[in-house]
Amino acid sequence: MPTERTGRLGLRFLALGYLAMILLVPVGAVIWRAFGDGIAPVWQAVTTPDALHAFWLTLLIAGIAVPLNTVFGIACAVVLVRQRFHGRRVLDAVIDLPFAISPVVIGLALILVYGQAGWLGSWLAERGIQVIFSLPGMVLATVFVSLPYVVREVAPVLREVGTDQEEAAWTLGASPLRSFLRVTLPAIRWGVAYGVVLTTARALGEFGAVTIVSGRLAGQTETLTLYVENRFEAFDLTGAYAASLTLALLALLVLLAMTRLQRKEGR
Amino acid sequence: MSILVRNATRRFGDFTALDDVSVEIPSGSLTALLGPSGSGKSTLLRVIAGLERPDGGSVEIDGRDATRLPPQRRGVGFVFQHYAAFKHMTVRENVAFGLKVARRPKAEIKARVSELLELVQLPGLADRYPAQLSGGQRQRMALARSLAVQPSVLLLDEPFGALDARVRKELRAWLRHLHDEVHVTTVFVTHDQEEAMEVADRIVVMNHGRVEQVGGPRDLYEHPANAFVMGFVGPVTRLGEFFVRPHDVEVRRQPNGTTSEAMVERLVHLGFEVRAELVLHDGQHVWAQLSREDAEELELAQGQIVFVRPSRTRQFAEVPAG
Repeated sequence: MPTERTGRLGLRFLALGYLAMILLVPVGAVIWRAFGDGIAPVWQAVTTPDALHAFWLTLLIAGIAVPLNTVFGIACAVVLVRQRFHGRRVLDAVIDLPFAISPVVIGLALILVYGQAGWLGSWLAERGIQVIFSLPGMVLATVFVSLPYVVREVAPVLREVGTDQEEAAWTLGASPLRSFLRVTLPAIRWGVAYGVVLTTARALGEFGAVTIVSGRLAGQTETLTLYVENRFEAFDLTGAYAASLTLALLALLVLLAMTRLQRKEGR
Repeated sequence: MSILVRNATRRFGDFTALDDVSVEIPSGSLTALLGPSGSGKSTLLRVIAGLERPDGGSVEIDGRDATRLPPQRRGVGFVFQHYAAFKHMTVRENVAFGLKVARRPKAEIKARVSELLELVQLPGLADRYPAQLSGGQRQRMALARSLAVQPSVLLLDEPFGALDARVRKELRAWLRHLHDEVHVTTVFVTHDQEEAMEVADRIVVMNHGRVEQVGGPRDLYEHPANAFVMGFVGPVTRLGEFFVRPHDVEVRRQPNGTTSEAMVERLVHLGFEVRAELVLHDGQHVWAQLSREDAEELELAQGQIVFVRPSRTRQFAEVPAG
């Protein structure tokens, strides 16, 4: 039927058009602007010591925060789905707190607790550990804002998988740990993979909370997002766009990695 | 190996799934736990397997107290209604799982897996994934997997419940044959009395978390301990104070002194069998099951007056649930 066909095409046009306006055009514009004067200035901009430092610092923070949140996220999902206890619903709601609270507020809260004058901060400072304005604080902030993703992706999958496979493994002699690693984990791997991708993307792109707790010391506590803003405010547009491009490429790599994994698995 | 459950109790909140249940399952038997949903039969099976911890009571497997043993150390094979196949493993890997956990040598695992796949008639499908198998094949794979570790008892929780009627019938007969070959003490849960009668040599009838009666299929049918069992293991109708199997309702054209008058309300022809729905003069409904020949000989027709009497009856204190 022609009307049905028109409708289908219209819907497709709407979806793709929306995607183009919201996503592709701005991202494309960043690439366009970055390479406005050719490749050399871009390469120069991304290889300055500060830019390189920001790049590695971003990877380091994500490299710590993502595994932490993956392990915590899986454990938390198991508790939420498999256990019945008082306060389960409260825990369920608390998990979403980082979604609800602005990252800036999270940053301020961390300063209250871990700052020089904070409850834990003064105790740690006496022992020579500085959290705020240094790496631990930035990792904490990143862990905080990217905490819910793995839990939220894994919990529904875990619920759907049920306990049968695990129990079957127990009756076959496998310890609870082995059953989890060999049977449950493979069954929920897509939930975990998707959660990891989202967590990584969030960790790479975090700005608000990290701005507050980092102190923004160039070459010391500046991540890529902070570096982009730093360059932008210094009217170094090439530097800002080049660093943005690096961020976008990192995100793209994460997405590609997941698609590849999925294709390998897809029989 | 024999199983002995003593005074097992299990509550889920306000619901009592097992109410002081004691059951003995002899070594080498094929026993059915039969009952309606919520009767506690699955809970009892899970208590035997160690997947459920009873609030009270004890479980003995092969003369050894297993009450506190985890499922890993009870030597039980468990088969789930929905197969519980390890979806990311091939059929071969599924069946080998228990042997790998037990760290058996590779050559032994290989030999044992082929032997088991032969036994469950899946030899050509070793490298498939569960998603590529039919429901019946998946359940046979699950059975092979549970038998791989040579369990002392095999427990099956509604093993054919998720299969369509034809495959279910096939697998029933097949389980019976398998048991004759393997001789492992087997307990299976079902809510289908026909399945229990056909497959098991002993049936434990459960209701409301209690055991109503234990016996052979024929024994339960002929000598039910109460109205519930009578109603659950076969058709039943009432004639006055008596519970009667519909095929034990004698239908005559002439009264003989012990009969009551009834009118044929409806006749249902089910191939070999004819079902006559009758109303007694006091308004009570009774139904009788006759062979086609008998019905023809009596020239039964709707609205006809006949005379009935029970040829065998039971009288129980309670009213049947069904």
